[in-house]
Amino acid sequence: MKHDIYSTEGLYRIEEKEDLSPTISRHVIFSPLIAAKARPGHFVILRSRPGGERIPVTLVDWNAEAGTVTVIIQAIGKSTTEMNAFKQGDYFSDVAGPLGTPVEIKKWGTVLGVGGGVGIAELYPIAKAYKEAGNRVICVLGARSKDLLILERQMEAISDKVIVTTDDGSAGRKGLVTDAMKDLYAAGEKIDAAFTIGPVIMMKFVAEATRPHATPTFASLNPVMLDGTGMCGGCRVEVGGKPKFACVDGPMFDAHLTNFDLLLKRTAAYREQEKDSLDRYARDHECRIGLH
Amino acid sequence: MEKPKKPTPAIKQNHGRHQDPAGRRSNFEEVALGFGLEEAVTEASRCLNCKDKPCELACPVNVKIPEFVDLVYKEDLGAAASKIFETSLFPAICGRVCPQETYCEAACVLKDKFGPVSIGRLERFTADYARKNGLVKPPACAPDTGKKVACVGSGPTSLAVAAELRKLGHAVTVFEALHEFGGVLSYGIPTFRLPREVVRFEVDMLRRMGVRLLKNVMVGKSITIEELKKDFDVVYIGSGAGLPSPMNAPGEDLVGVYSSNEFLTRVNLMEAYKFPVVDTPCYVGRRVVVVGGGNTAMDSARCAMRLKPEVVTLLYRRTRAEMPARGEEVENAMEEGIKFEFLTAPVELEGDEKGRLKRVKCVRMELGAPDATGRRRPVPQKGSEFYIESDSLVVAIGQSPNPVIQQTTAGLSTNKWGGIITEEATGKTSLDGIYAGGDVVRGGATVLLAMKDGKAAAKAIHEKLSGKVN
Repeated sequence: MKHDIYSTEGLYRIEEKEDLSPTISRHVIFSPLIAAKARPGHFVILRSRPGGERIPVTLVDWNAEAGTVTVIIQAIGKSTTEMNAFKQGDYFSDVAGPLGTPVEIKKWGTVLGVGGGVGIAELYPIAKAYKEAGNRVICVLGARSKDLLILERQMEAISDKVIVTTDDGSAGRKGLVTDAMKDLYAAGEKIDAAFTIGPVIMMKFVAEATRPHATPTFASLNPVMLDGTGMCGGCRVEVGGKPKFACVDGPMFDAHLTNFDLLLKRTAAYREQEKDSLDRYARDHECRIGLH
Repeated sequence: MEKPKKPTPAIKQNHGRHQDPAGRRSNFEEVALGFGLEEAVTEASRCLNCKDKPCELACPVNVKIPEFVDLVYKEDLGAAASKIFETSLFPAICGRVCPQETYCEAACVLKDKFGPVSIGRLERFTADYARKNGLVKPPACAPDTGKKVACVGSGPTSLAVAAELRKLGHAVTVFEALHEFGGVLSYGIPTFRLPREVVRFEVDMLRRMGVRLLKNVMVGKSITIEELKKDFDVVYIGSGAGLPSPMNAPGEDLVGVYSSNEFLTRVNLMEAYKFPVVDTPCYVGRRVVVVGGGNTAMDSARCAMRLKPEVVTLLYRRTRAEMPARGEEVENAMEEGIKFEFLTAPVELEGDEKGRLKRVKCVRMELGAPDATGRRRPVPQKGSEFYIESDSLVVAIGQSPNPVIQQTTAGLSTNKWGGIITEEATGKTSLDGIYAGGDVVRGGATVLLAMKDGKAAAKAIHEKLSGKVN
């Protein structure tokens, strides 16, 4: 079916919703324009309702035919918790995009993908596109524990090799993604490019792991973002000593040139307010439950 | 009521009532309270109805000022509003944010002897009265021409283009990147200068005229100009001056340092002043510093004050006389208790171990020889360094055109500031069928000039679409 990409009919309806873990949910959202224009590395900005925060989320999948896009959201603060409480048939009030600069898909040879936590979801479309472009794809997937590990099967379907690591050893090998990477290098694996998406601290260490091997490495940066259109500069990051806006210049940047320490400080800017907001939300919802 | 005879120019000019400074500095309600009917009629009675209409000629969008003022005097507010609508569809916005003192009111013949007629206040009163009493009807639109126009951005310049071209029967689609329409009218100008219900009403009027408004689409990223050109006969770019200028001072990446765009967007678009009722926070701490001397700096300082810190200090490197902000806004800011440090510039921002702003190292300036703009260049005074303790700082030293569309549109000519180059009278760019206007051409200018560009481009676009020229 051919959709009118300029129509507002049915926009942002949740066509499908699946809980992947107690805190991670997959949403398939109706937006023909985004579905038609999406490329690997693009992101969208979601708002659950008027008054809601603008939450940037990387696209996991899209289907121009169906006019839908897929995102995977981890409930961390109030806004994401609220989003994951949505059911099929509910509507987001806003889904803006696609935004950002897509990743250049080309033939590298062997591509290593390193995803941590919900970052695995964001790694998926990139790994898939590289596989389709004829690359050998190896993925290292890291999670705190088995129940937080997502998309293992889907990643296996599009990768030549998948290595799972968990902090507690409840799935795959016990340890960090960088341990698995070291073993790959030690086994003589020739890696032509690496892509990493996950917690800032993990991406920082992934960059350090590939640096001695001079493997071109790219990290998807996740600073505090507001408008996502290059207007506010709140998402500025330092790459190669120069300020860049993650929203329009990124979010994918050369990991070896990225100032991760600055990013760590800047992502903590609103921690107190975020906690306060989530606490209030949790309290309100407990109270409501208490009424029954 | 017993109304004065018209004209009675010697009646004292009425500037309108304002919220008391002590009260308003802690709320986001409109500062200017405007006129009641009696005040409006009295002010209207001062107009001499000059034959050569200097006010109307000075107006960027040529509002039929003497005629609408006369209709206010006659208490026919519906007709007065219709008269304004003939040339400007957005009087409730213009009546509030246009610097009338440099246009119509500067041209008023009463200016020197008695003070000008308060034209801006009368425009605002007329528009508000008409809106509140249901007297505003969308203008009639010509039969559909079958021609399609895309407007990029929903700020003042695009709104003007959309209104004019829709009236002429063209199908218009407006693309907005954010979740609210209005561009700078929504994310930039604070509610205490321009209530959002006013913007929403005027945007809604376009909708009632049949303009299609699409939010959440960022042209240049979500869809390119080239792609739009396949589906539309003409594309008008009004994407604004959304790129903040950094100070390039050490420490600008510290937490607590905002561009004015980020700060104003958090407060105005996201309504962070209602946090935690709304979900987007804005941290200012106890002591706020704002850097800059334009309207954006005044808006930032006044928004910051309303978030209830202990002190808001504004640093400007020249003196009050050189400030580019409207005099009225500077006075408002001073009345609200903002501390002005003239001839002062920040040189370095210092933070704590967590990377949060702690204090601002400043230097005193003196005015030296005039620079290229004719203003005396500020020069640092040796040994005058001092510190201001500060939890947050807003950089409001200017914006340049948002570069995204220019970067993603091959063949679109731009100047060295990144502005799109256009033919001034028509808004034509280097690409056929692509027009541009407002701040993406001018850099940070005014709402009124943006609307003026929109009107001029609409005329040229209509001529093109009707096959008259090009």
